[in-house]
Amino acid sequence: MGITTASKSGALGWATLRLEDAVNWARAGAMWPLGFGLACCAIEMMSTQMSHYDLSRFGMELMRPSPRQADLMIVAGRLSRKMAPVLRRLYDQMPAPKWVIAMGDCASCSGVFNNYAIVQGVDEIVPVDVYVAGCPPRPEQLIHGILTLHERVKGESLTQWRRAEVERR
Amino acid sequence: MHDSKDPVEAIRAQFPKACLEVVTFRGETTIYIDPPQIADVCLYLRDADGLRFNFLIDVTGIDYYPDEPRFAVAYHLYAMLYNRKLRLKVRLPGDNPHVPTVTGVWPTANWQEREAYDMFGIIFDGHPDLRRILTAADWEGHPQRKDYPLGYETVQFSFNFDEVNRYKPYAKE
Repeated sequence: MGITTASKSGALGWATLRLEDAVNWARAGAMWPLGFGLACCAIEMMSTQMSHYDLSRFGMELMRPSPRQADLMIVAGRLSRKMAPVLRRLYDQMPAPKWVIAMGDCASCSGVFNNYAIVQGVDEIVPVDVYVAGCPPRPEQLIHGILTLHERVKGESLTQWRRAEVERR
Repeated sequence: MHDSKDPVEAIRAQFPKACLEVVTFRGETTIYIDPPQIADVCLYLRDADGLRFNFLIDVTGIDYYPDEPRFAVAYHLYAMLYNRKLRLKVRLPGDNPHVPTVTGVWPTANWQEREAYDMFGIIFDGHPDLRRILTAADWEGHPQRKDYPLGYETVQFSFNFDEVNRYKPYAKE
């Protein structure tokens, strides 16, 4: 037992699977998030990234500062109306396929800030895939939300994103 | 170093008509100034020997709705040399509130007056760049006015989920 010469060299033989499964497995397994830290939820998001909770276990090696290198947007915090166009612009700059997690009550439904200044849920600005409740959610909750998204991504159709792109044109 | 002077007496001597009212409360002095003279009074308070209020702590707006005059602008001054603080206030009418800028006296007043303009709609005459600073550029109204609607949307719970879903403006892909 243990690591054999074959596994070291990568010569492990071959297996068959559907292309869709392989692509979705790759997409879910190496999802790079765009950390959109807007408020206190960002602290929990950073904590999730740090060694104690270690988001790298799920293939999310690092938060991308650039939307062009990201395929998951984690909106962490309350979104003010002044910030809303910026959020949409960054979302539009992300290459497809792309997903959005609304982290925390404020991003999901504005939480306690039911007033003129805060957008009542980021789903009014960008399409949200997973909502994570909590004020702020613990890192475990965010990880659960991410794993929920992973399951969802694994069930996606390969033509879905292509079709969405064609429709947009 | 000159001996410190009493700011109230100094203003009364220098600007006989500018000082409208003096309020002292718990050791804090507030001087109500005639609005058109505020910039001159501030320049005097900054430069005169014995006063030297060289630091403008903040400029804020106040809405006394429905009283008239409705608005006030408060200037908090600090003299580092004498470790003293002073509050100046001007009262402004509800319709078309105008007051001269003090940007020429303390450059830091630039952003603080922009904030007062943004939140209360007080126009600072002579301001070099009077734009909104906190709200979006195309914002309508001035949010800190007391008659500004607070805004409220029905919260989506499980019992009214479908009802709110019908009119909630979801974003498209």
